[in-house]
Amino acid sequence: MADTMATRDAYGKALVELGEKYDFVVLDADLAAATKTCNFKKAFPDRFFDCGIAEGNMMSVAAGIAATGQLVFASSFAMFAAGRAFEQVRNSIGYPHLNVKIGATHAGITVGEDGATHQCNEDIALMRTIPGMTVICPADAVSARAAVEAAILHNGPVYMRFGRAPVPIIYGDNYKFELGKGTVLADGKDVTVVATGITVFMALQAREKLVAEGIDAAVIDISTIKPIDEELLVKYAKKTGKIVTCEEHSVIGGLGGAVSEVLSEKCPTKIKRVGINDTYGSSGKAFEVAAHYGISAEHIYNAVKGIV
Amino acid sequence: MESNRKTELQRIATNVRLGIIEAVYNAASGHPGGSLSIADVLTYLYFEEMNIDPKNPKMENRDRFVLSKGHTSPALYATLANRGFFPVEDLKTFRKLGSYLQGHPDMKGVPGVDMSAGSLGLGISSACGMALSAKYNKKDYRVYAAIGDGESEEGQVWEAAMFAAHYKLDNLCVVLDYNGLQIDGPVAEVIGPAPFDSKFEAFGWNVIKINAHDFDEIEAAFKAARECKGKPTLILANSVKGKGVSYMENKCEWHGAAPKTDLYEVAVNDLNAILDSLN
Repeated sequence: MADTMATRDAYGKALVELGEKYDFVVLDADLAAATKTCNFKKAFPDRFFDCGIAEGNMMSVAAGIAATGQLVFASSFAMFAAGRAFEQVRNSIGYPHLNVKIGATHAGITVGEDGATHQCNEDIALMRTIPGMTVICPADAVSARAAVEAAILHNGPVYMRFGRAPVPIIYGDNYKFELGKGTVLADGKDVTVVATGITVFMALQAREKLVAEGIDAAVIDISTIKPIDEELLVKYAKKTGKIVTCEEHSVIGGLGGAVSEVLSEKCPTKIKRVGINDTYGSSGKAFEVAAHYGISAEHIYNAVKGIV
Repeated sequence: MESNRKTELQRIATNVRLGIIEAVYNAASGHPGGSLSIADVLTYLYFEEMNIDPKNPKMENRDRFVLSKGHTSPALYATLANRGFFPVEDLKTFRKLGSYLQGHPDMKGVPGVDMSAGSLGLGISSACGMALSAKYNKKDYRVYAAIGDGESEEGQVWEAAMFAAHYKLDNLCVVLDYNGLQIDGPVAEVIGPAPFDSKFEAFGWNVIKINAHDFDEIEAAFKAARECKGKPTLILANSVKGKGVSYMENKCEWHGAAPKTDLYEVAVNDLNAILDSLN
């Protein structure tokens, strides 16, 4: 595999790079060293404000800043950004549709050693129920960097989901991130694997094995979970007739839920969901614990074999 | 304060109270008690203290106000209407389907509302954000907020208190409407958040105690808040829940109930009697 980088690192680098180009401030809740907003703090100390360990306050503060016309990022772990501060995100930011960009890192089970209390497998479900909220879950460092700029250029609240663990870089220089559009990474006619975030590279690995066995699997990266690319999903549902979704998130309410919602109404299709099966995680090394709870290239391969 | 001016403010505040009763009565729903207790403070803010323009509600360098105790929106709406932001007649549409006068303030729909708020504890944080943004952008506008005594049981109020003091938000002035009553009973009996003065002082705030219904004291407090540098100001405003309506005063049950026709008429008569006494 190619080089690796955690999407949180790409987020931290993007803030510094884009900080030269756009006027925004950054808030964090005592996790700057982990969310990587520490890079921005170092580069632009006057534009960084630590809110301390008070995520609810931070989100409502961000809303107040945005209400004055100032673009603002607010960062914490997904567990606290989407979980602890759900109501502040919903009522202070979402309801008035304020221009706040939420950079949530340490999403999903690959938080690893910290264990279940910090492994947020519910944030996509929480955030995508908020009217007007854009939800982005990039697959690699290249996509993450591009997503941050797309979020800046979008007027309205955006939730960006980043991971702690390094993942392979799958995109090259010609990659273009388009808000609300999926990316077809590999075409196919037998089945479509619809992936998001760190499961995209796993889907590509699974595909190699499937192709070797004569199963022609398409792979789609859904980097914007809301608004989701309905057109592309319907196209591939029609084309391949079978869908496997995969995500580092609960199978309830995340990508699998979103794809099922779209296709059950627009193009009923046989779907198998790969993700966390309605349970809490536990401590362990990032990809060991992910595999233990059902998220790996092998699990995707098996899901495809079970459906084709 | 010069006596004619004081009488004029009392007259406006009484009209604001009539607007509150009109809104809640027509909605058959809403929160009159805490609206009536904050009416004098809001009247002073919008008619004396704040740099605002009803013809240009989004004026860039305007002073901002956040009604963190957003359930008392009738007081804010009645004040804005009397100040000319929108017709007083529209108060009758409060809480009705299709009205822009939502149960809790909606900044997208109401001219003059600077921040959506009302889920308790959230608004004071947003006011902190506005004040921080003013400092960051080197703007000289001030930010005001009103919170409730019951609201101060929310942990977020104290997160915001910490934040405002840490960032030395001396352009922020928060009024705590200390009427002593919340839905379940006297604040002191429900969970007892007092004392507010020493708590806010310990959090690093400048605290000023006033009678919330005395315009001389209200004026002095907002002046002192402007002069205080390096820390945010809390005006601890001792108020009477239901102020101005005889049967509502100091009665917990009028926190969130609307009067029926007979009691609506009593309320209007009470307030008209106050207006008559001011002439």
